[in-house]
Amino acid sequence: MTDQTGATTSDYNFAYLDEQTKRMIRRALLKAVAIPGYQVPFASREMPMPYGWGTGGVQVSAACLTPDDTFKVIDQGADDTTNAVSIRKFFEKTADVETTEHTQDATIIQTRHRIPEAPLTEDQILVYQVPIPEPLRFLEPRETETRKMHALEEYGLMHVKLYEDIARHGHIATSYAYPVKVEGRYVMDPSPIPKFDNPKLEMAAIQLFGAGREQRIYAIPPYTQVVSLDFEDHPFDPSKADAPCDLCGADHTYLDEVIIDDAGGRMFVCSDTDYCAGRQAQGHRGRLSPEAAE
Amino acid sequence: MLDDALNGGFENPPVQSSHAFRAALSALARPGRVERIMGAEAPGLSEAAATLLLTLCDAETPIYLAPGHDSEALGQWIAFHIGAPLVGPSHAMFALGAWDALMPLTGYPVGTPEYPDRATTLIVEVEALTPPTARLTGPGVETVARMRLPETDPFRANRALFPLGHDFFFTAGEQIAGLPRTTIVEDL
Ligand SMILES: [Zn+2]
Repeated sequence: MTDQTGATTSDYNFAYLDEQTKRMIRRALLKAVAIPGYQVPFASREMPMPYGWGTGGVQVSAACLTPDDTFKVIDQGADDTTNAVSIRKFFEKTADVETTEHTQDATIIQTRHRIPEAPLTEDQILVYQVPIPEPLRFLEPRETETRKMHALEEYGLMHVKLYEDIARHGHIATSYAYPVKVEGRYVMDPSPIPKFDNPKLEMAAIQLFGAGREQRIYAIPPYTQVVSLDFEDHPFDPSKADAPCDLCGADHTYLDEVIIDDAGGRMFVCSDTDYCAGRQAQGHRGRLSPEAAE
Repeated sequence: MLDDALNGGFENPPVQSSHAFRAALSALARPGRVERIMGAEAPGLSEAAATLLLTLCDAETPIYLAPGHDSEALGQWIAFHIGAPLVGPSHAMFALGAWDALMPLTGYPVGTPEYPDRATTLIVEVEALTPPTARLTGPGVETVARMRLPETDPFRANRALFPLGHDFFFTAGEQIAGLPRTTIVEDL
């Protein structure tokens, strides 16, 4: 609830953060949009939730939300995890926004580790929760050095790491947080999304990334070139489990493998639960759909 | 203190600034798109420019007011509502004025290789945001966008500095358009 001054009826500000903090985050967001893939430092605030719950994403959402928004939160594709439910409730309470589980009804979607299957539109913003924003961190622990590497476009070590994968496994083994190059300039960590999602990083919506503990914000504007790093003899392969969804029959979605009985029986289901439910509502059926199984 | 300085702020800062920010974000993320942005009034400024200042600026953001926009009345309005220090171009995080008065662009910080974000954002007051005079491509543009720009050469020079460079907002009345440093600008 908001009163006439816009202050919430409780003792916190609209969308929790104070106006000065929001201005600081908003300035960082605009610079992030202007320099796609570059990590803008910002002064992260303590949020009333643990860091693992995506305080960076929450602060970005708080700086973006208006009372007219419809907000959706997904955690690994699902709307109903504790994390997703808590963040949704947080903004229902502090920003008085409508919430939804339907991707197409949302104006802002905060996500942990997935990009929705349904293509996003120009009227949407996707906010990512990022644990480790620096793609070069595992090569070089010192921030001053990674910053220099980005400044000089010194990305050779990154390619060496990927090529070591090929030497060891015969293919690039990195399957999450697969590094990308944005608009031909900055190497960026797309957050721990499966590499299956990487091709979707070129989209119509604005993508904003927030890392709370590491105090970084970065962005991909709409229709920006995003290329997954690869080699001529080992091109990028956004592969997924070679099976259709057992509930909706989709053969083009990212699947979770679920153990369904004590005998070790397994099924594959869409990780994007809203997308899967939508397909089932349209009459699509999979191997283990209630009707098909009868 | 002039009455003017005390008036013209947001009646409902959290909500009005949230709408204003979204307009600015959309404008900068989609060069060529004109958004509406309103809610603030400042002496000698468009509603769009006043609203943008109030949304993004505070005591931590030094502002340069170019000749023609460096009035005492506006200075007092900024002191009362924003509290930003007024500085010269070389220290400005934001610069505000008419295009010719803001020149030369070489006077403003373009960021450093390690911190390209430490560059001036210019807010350019213009008569109108249409009809378009330039053709835009680059991030935020699906195929080709069009925009009215005072000239095109300075934006080509700015693009050549990428990832350093300036970012621009153009304001007229209640309207705003954005031009980030990534945009490739050509004459129509
Ligand atoms: Zn499914």
